[in-house]
Amino acid sequence: MAEFALPANSKVGKGKVVKAPAGAQRIKKFNVYRWNPDDGNNPVVDTYEVDLDTCGPMVLDGLIKIKNDLDPTLAFRRSCREGVCGSCAMNIDGTNTLACTKATEAVSGDVNIYPLPHTSVIKDLVPDLTNFYAQYASIEPWMKTAPPAPATTERLQSREDRAKLDGLWECILCACCSTSCPSYWWNSDRYLGPAALLQSYRWLIDSRDEDTGNRLDDLEDPFKLYRCHTIMNCAKTCPKSLNPAEAIASIKQMMVERR
Amino acid sequence: MAQVERPLSPHLQIYKPQISSVLSILHRLTGIGLAVGTLLLTWWLTAAAYGAAAFTHAQGFMASWVGQLLLLGFTFAFFYHLSNGIRHMFWDIGKGFAIETMNKTGWLVVIATVVFTALTWFLGMTMGGSA
Repeated sequence: MAEFALPANSKVGKGKVVKAPAGAQRIKKFNVYRWNPDDGNNPVVDTYEVDLDTCGPMVLDGLIKIKNDLDPTLAFRRSCREGVCGSCAMNIDGTNTLACTKATEAVSGDVNIYPLPHTSVIKDLVPDLTNFYAQYASIEPWMKTAPPAPATTERLQSREDRAKLDGLWECILCACCSTSCPSYWWNSDRYLGPAALLQSYRWLIDSRDEDTGNRLDDLEDPFKLYRCHTIMNCAKTCPKSLNPAEAIASIKQMMVERR
Repeated sequence: MAQVERPLSPHLQIYKPQISSVLSILHRLTGIGLAVGTLLLTWWLTAAAYGAAAFTHAQGFMASWVGQLLLLGFTFAFFYHLSNGIRHMFWDIGKGFAIETMNKTGWLVVIATVVFTALTWFLGMTMGGSA
């Protein structure tokens, strides 16, 4: 049975307020989820006043500003700062997205920042994605072919077949979609979630892959695939504008068509 | 280092309600509502078969404000579940996944539900008067 409330150790309290330096003109409040594994206390939300005049335009710039100038203890993941790596996925203003591609000014009012929802928190905005990556590995995300390999050519693909991978290969595995999905919240132990399923479809639809039957067999399960109830939070939140819900529906169709 | 039990990050508490998730949970709630309404309907029909006294009793409850409210909820649940069910059938054949389409069909379902519910009650109120 799904547990809708947070466990006692996860209830969020109120934290400290860190003021902007005197003279700051354009102040934006960042309310940031904090949890420190070393002190044994419950998580809190700290408020940081960020001077937008001395800060870059994106939410990630704000977080870096906070870490540099206001509070070096803040922990978050980031790397490419241009929406390619997926490291800075978090919940900003109520939906999941990448902090590096989310403009601070696009948020009306305070900027509320939480870790990706319904995840185990390692520290502050850093979630444990072990299960998410294990699920990705479980769909065996590599090309499987029957030998022998073509002796003199590469494995060629028509333009039409290649086009079927568009909208799939762009996925950066940031986990925004999976952690936006209520079905994944309640069943992440058995339901693969939108990201892993979109990736699975990427191999199912690849004309060069020869293991379609086994791949579908592996998904024929009440939970792995069919816990998707087309809620569509995944597609709404994807920072790369992909549509995992549609990919999942395509897998369901493949299941029916092969009967 | 001491092993600390990690907290679970907030989910329902902080995720912004939006047309995708709200209509989805409403589909499930109206499904439950339909089951309850069907029990009510069964009771009413059984009472009719049982005899005049039982039927008068059931009819009296249906006419009370609680009964009317339940029937209104039943009608709403019926039309919502029906309309959104059709939306689900389109999804099942792989159509209507674009975000813009999904927003539009979502609102269409809401509007259809309100219109058909209102129409049903309007017809029920105006046509049933002479009984």
